[in-house]
Amino acid sequence: MAFIDYYKILGLSKNASETDIKKAYRKLARKYHPDVNPNDKEAEKKFKEINEANEVLSNPENRKKYDEYGKDWKHAVEYEKARQQDHYQRSTNDPFGGYSEEDFSDFFSSMFGGRSTGSSYQGRQVKFRGQDLNAELHLNLNDVYKTHKRTLTLNHKNIRITIPAGLENGQTIKIKGHGGQGINGGPNGDLYIKFSIVNNTKFKRDGDNLYSTIDIDLYKALLGGEQMVDTFDGKVKLTIKPETENGTKVKLKGKGFPKYKKEGQFGDLFITYNIKIPKNLSHKEKELFIELKKLR
Amino acid sequence: METKNLISIQQFCTQYEIPVTFINALHEYELIEVIVTENKNYLKEAEIERIEKMIRLHYDLDINLEGIHVIDHLLDRLENLQSQITTLNNRLKFYEDF
Repeated sequence: MAFIDYYKILGLSKNASETDIKKAYRKLARKYHPDVNPNDKEAEKKFKEINEANEVLSNPENRKKYDEYGKDWKHAVEYEKARQQDHYQRSTNDPFGGYSEEDFSDFFSSMFGGRSTGSSYQGRQVKFRGQDLNAELHLNLNDVYKTHKRTLTLNHKNIRITIPAGLENGQTIKIKGHGGQGINGGPNGDLYIKFSIVNNTKFKRDGDNLYSTIDIDLYKALLGGEQMVDTFDGKVKLTIKPETENGTKVKLKGKGFPKYKKEGQFGDLFITYNIKIPKNLSHKEKELFIELKKLR
Repeated sequence: METKNLISIQQFCTQYEIPVTFINALHEYELIEVIVTENKNYLKEAEIERIEKMIRLHYDLDINLEGIHVIDHLLDRLENLQSQITTLNNRLKFYEDF
């Protein structure tokens, strides 16, 4: 547990006035507030530090104690313990008034025992939104083909969420109010779930469109015919035109991936034909191909 | 008009302990939409989250309405850019996999 220089955090000197502290705190809070830095863990950490520094320095009693003992704060803790012996009892009943223990450093908790209730801040009590929480959910591509509900366990709590069809890999959805608890009666933060989608299918995905390659034999490519092909939700029969060239692409409209939050709308499936040349020709086949060649 | 999914401004301001003039000012700056029905002013329920944010910016961080306007616009742009980055990353992955 290291000493924390609260003056340094707020960019102030030790003789800063109450107004200086308030101004510095406001300035930094504007810069690092979670509302203006969504999904920024560094800013969130910094914001907590600033809050803690303000909590100490804006309260004359805490500031006096902090200034008096400074780097010798460990002795201050021992001294306080000895002095208060029997009658000192740390309240365990919501000592932070909305803050959770982890919102303060160990240093703060040791020296001040928790959040002070008599903040010197005048006027409207500062209500802060709870911190936003981030989680990552790994799904297969098949899992996001249809909208469905899923129960997640986060911090020992079960949350039932709807996973909309058509989610993109790396997309984040927000679950309102399921983040950290609000401060001073402020609203709870939000839970951001980032989806990591693994594609273990034979289809390649680009947005709402799917791509796949199918092999067709030489004779079907030359003479035409029918071919069963896989789409994401079943098989369809394709008609191959005679004299189809290798690498030909066909579009199956509406057979792609569902469009995000557009119920009933789908992208397209693009199929590329890969014409397989017959191998290990028999003597007879070779003769016939030579004959064909002569006809050209 | 049906008032489902609408919240009376008066009720909202009482709940959040803010003056109605603040909501009117947000409306004047075209930051929020106000629905008028049967001579009563309402807010859309879907906009509450954004309004809560504006309240915090103004009352907790002393940001004036011009500042809120700029922040709101920039956060929208940030969200759009993040969404574009995700799409582009996926597209890049699509071509890299070929």
